Amino acid sequence: MTNSWTDINNTDLVIVMGGNAAEAHPCGFKWVTEAKANRGAKLIVVDPRFNRTAAVSDYYAPIRPGSDIAFLMGVIRWLIENDKVNHEYVTNFTNAPFLVKDEFGWSDGLFTGYDEEKRDFDKSSWDYKIGADGFAEVDMTLSDPRCVWNLLKAHVDVYTPEFVENICGTPKDKFLAICAMIGECSAPDKVMTSMYALGWTQHSKGAQNIRGMAMVQLILGNIGMPGGGMNALRGHSNIQGLTDIGLMSNLIPGYLSIPTERDVDWTTYMSTKGFKPLRPNQTSYWQNYPKFMVSFMKAMWGDKATAENDWAYDYLPKLDVATYDILRMFEMMKQGQVNLYFCQGFNPLLSFPNRAKLTEALSNLKMLVVMDPLATETAHFWQNHGEYNDVDSAAIQTEVLELPTTCFAEDEGALVNSGRWLQWHWAGGTPPGEAKHDTWIMAGIFQKVRQLYQEEGGVFPDPILDLNWDYADPAEPTPEELARELNGRALQPVYDPADATKVVTEAGKQLLNFSQLRDDGSTMCACWIYSGCWNENGNNMARRDNSDPSGMGVHADWSFSWPLNRRILYNRASADLQGKPWDPNRKLIEWTGERWEGVDVPDISPTAKPGEVGPYIMNPEGVSRLFTRGMMRDGPFPTHMEPFEAPIANALNPQLRGNPAARVFEGDMAQFATSEEFPLVATSYRLTEHFHYWTKHNPVNAALQPQAFVEISVELAEEKGIANGSRVRIWSKRGQIWAKAVVTRRIRPLTCDGKTIHVVGIPLHWGFMGAAKKGWGPNSLTPFVGDANVETPEFKAFLVNVEPAAEEPVA
Amino acid sequence: MNIDLSRRGFLRLAGAGVAATSLGAMGFGEAEAAELAHVRAFKLATTTETRNTCPYCSVACGVIMYSNGDVKTGETAEIIHIEGDADHPTNRGTLCPKGAALKDFVKAPTRLTMPRHRAAGASEFQEISWDEALTKIARALKDDRDANLVQTNDAGVTVNRWTSTGFLAASATTNETAWLTYKVVRSMGIVGFDNQARV
Repeated sequence: MTNSWTDINNTDLVIVMGGNAAEAHPCGFKWVTEAKANRGAKLIVVDPRFNRTAAVSDYYAPIRPGSDIAFLMGVIRWLIENDKVNHEYVTNFTNAPFLVKDEFGWSDGLFTGYDEEKRDFDKSSWDYKIGADGFAEVDMTLSDPRCVWNLLKAHVDVYTPEFVENICGTPKDKFLAICAMIGECSAPDKVMTSMYALGWTQHSKGAQNIRGMAMVQLILGNIGMPGGGMNALRGHSNIQGLTDIGLMSNLIPGYLSIPTERDVDWTTYMSTKGFKPLRPNQTSYWQNYPKFMVSFMKAMWGDKATAENDWAYDYLPKLDVATYDILRMFEMMKQGQVNLYFCQGFNPLLSFPNRAKLTEALSNLKMLVVMDPLATETAHFWQNHGEYNDVDSAAIQTEVLELPTTCFAEDEGALVNSGRWLQWHWAGGTPPGEAKHDTWIMAGIFQKVRQLYQEEGGVFPDPILDLNWDYADPAEPTPEELARELNGRALQPVYDPADATKVVTEAGKQLLNFSQLRDDGSTMCACWIYSGCWNENGNNMARRDNSDPSGMGVHADWSFSWPLNRRILYNRASADLQGKPWDPNRKLIEWTGERWEGVDVPDISPTAKPGEVGPYIMNPEGVSRLFTRGMMRDGPFPTHMEPFEAPIANALNPQLRGNPAARVFEGDMAQFATSEEFPLVATSYRLTEHFHYWTKHNPVNAALQPQAFVEISVELAEEKGIANGSRVRIWSKRGQIWAKAVVTRRIRPLTCDGKTIHVVGIPLHWGFMGAAKKGWGPNSLTPFVGDANVETPEFKAFLVNVEPAAEEPVA
Repeated sequence: MNIDLSRRGFLRLAGAGVAATSLGAMGFGEAEAAELAHVRAFKLATTTETRNTCPYCSVACGVIMYSNGDVKTGETAEIIHIEGDADHPTNRGTLCPKGAALKDFVKAPTRLTMPRHRAAGASEFQEISWDEALTKIARALKDDRDANLVQTNDAGVTVNRWTSTGFLAASATTNETAWLTYKVVRSMGIVGFDNQARV
């Protein structure tokens, strides 16, 4: 989230599209209810299903799963055509005036540079014109036909209300009513917020869905505003933290990147991290990259990372492909290229697509290690559970270790909520039996591996032997010790850059925040964006002052919000070009004539002059991007793409299937169905009574929602002869499941491209372990393909068929 | 007459006025003593309170856990109740149907309590000691790394990457666990590293 849960109270209009917050985030959704009650805010819901959020909305419209980009580009077209634009914001705070290379273009659903064989684009034309002075060329009058604003106008021209209706199945009058509601928020004193979740991410073009709404919010001038922003409702309690700390194939904590093979040495790697400003006077904060990176290397390898050995650059792995993400690892497992696999609190057998493929892959491992508080399906993948897990145990040669871990109630540390608050929690219970903290287990594994390398030698033991491990008890580093490393400390005296005789932090002391990081080896810091969380003031994540003097839900003294305890990202943009708040009633920060002041930590240098230094300090442009240059694999603007399994052809180019830049493994393409074979569109979702595959282990939640079901429309039920509450079989090209049918008017058939489109809704909470009745989740059916940019599986739009099935025998 | 009256029943009886006489006959003091002996002490009055956050979705509602015993002083502590934290700015004490049943997660019948091992081809798990389990894992890691670490690519560039072992990290462990996990996994050269951000 750019903003926080409590900030939603400041909004005038909420649009929930790509999520169902009332169902999946009920206590956060309460702030929508508050905004409605306190300031007359309105709620729009756009979803294939009249869901729980829709039930309390002011306006609802249906949409076909996987067609969101067409809807959002249609909204942008309408906003521009009807002049519902915050022009001052667009001209000064976005890259609308930037000129784009003449070679760049778009036709037949594709941007310039497409290579069908590689399923990739040559992105060299997707960039700005650079002038003789080394800066990007701009036309502040927005009249140049090559400026981003005019290219955007041309790009969205095809998305007429009629086109939207035809592709999305959203009736034109409903689409236009929503456009009008959204358009009101282009006024400086009206603000809309976007709340979305996996309904937008789990598509082969998920990142472009989100780009689409981010562009709408920029055009309205709603990014940086209290009550505005792009608010990703993260699905799990610390997935924000796990992502921040970079537990991904290609990341280093704080959104730094693991080198690739092209980065043959430290100098080459750093040469790609220059972040030279693209316009005069801009901050381009990533210019500090070397400070963050060197401090990270010192956190990893301490004294063994030196200027002489390029900070132990050889100790980092170098990637030969974009990522070894989960989909790639399971594909490699299936090919017999993976021997050992660890699952720490993760149940991929139910949460990744094409379960038959996952079972086959896991069966090829030599060893699987599962660390979890609960007995998961993944840990038991080899065990026969009748039709629910029909495997031949004797034929599966994988050795499995199932390790009991503590749960939240027995553990201490910080979790990062969706609004970037690092909240400390304390242990209150004794772990059951011999369950252990994950830190004890990881330390135990590491100590034993290190001991083996010490005793036996082995291949390149250096990064293991040299790993910094100066904990009081090497067998179990404490949460405090680890949190202090995340914050960072001075290894040598840290001097004031403006006065080389003045020490700002003595050696051995915790750093105040990331402004004190240095690239000379004098500081260590595991995750620069968290710096400030545990400085010499103590554990700021444990702060519990819930006061809110501004009445704007800032809660500045509650826990710690990264970065720098800032509660709303891009908040400089909540004030106009002169530094005056767009809306005097929503004053977050303002320019006093000398500095930025306000109730939130300004997202800009305190003395950076408005009108000179742009508000988007992380970007070399100093402004936000309506056009993303070559930064996304599938295009600098979102363009309509069908899901890989779609009921109709791509209206822009019938030859295109799915996202043309998405990676597809050989063998998976053959398992994608056509609508002739499988005519029904399926989508997956959560229920409020359950959390993923955990709560089915709880007797209370298992009683509240005991049994797997699917939702179908009255019309489809009539067509197929399915009675409400009867048992049905649902099958795709990859598998089949059985469930109870809930026949409902919450889902209605849609008309797209002249065809009647039926949608089947599949909740995801059932498996073969735990207290609930055994069942299946949607992942037995879903296609093995991910988003082109981030490899999130396409769970939200795929094809199935449904038929009546015999009832289960009564036991 | 059954002396084991509930408090509510007792008041109803007294209020109805049935009974000045019968109460008097029994001796009012005796009834009160019996009632006092019956009323349980308020369950949470003697518990230890600990602040935590709900481990499910990213709203991260504040909760208060009540336990018999205090882990901070080294006692064995059993959690007997979990409720919303009214001081928390986001949830202000409210919880959803999942958060309200959190105690059931802590005490789930399928919580794991012992390390277990499944041998190749076996149809059941067998309990195993922690030391045996960690020793097996360390041995497997070292052998696979020694056999499969790619030190240089075809062009002779040092790459030090290990692709035949992978690690999936969680979605609900703490930042501190995440950082320690990061250190261990990266120091070995593992690139098949991922978390639950996508699902």
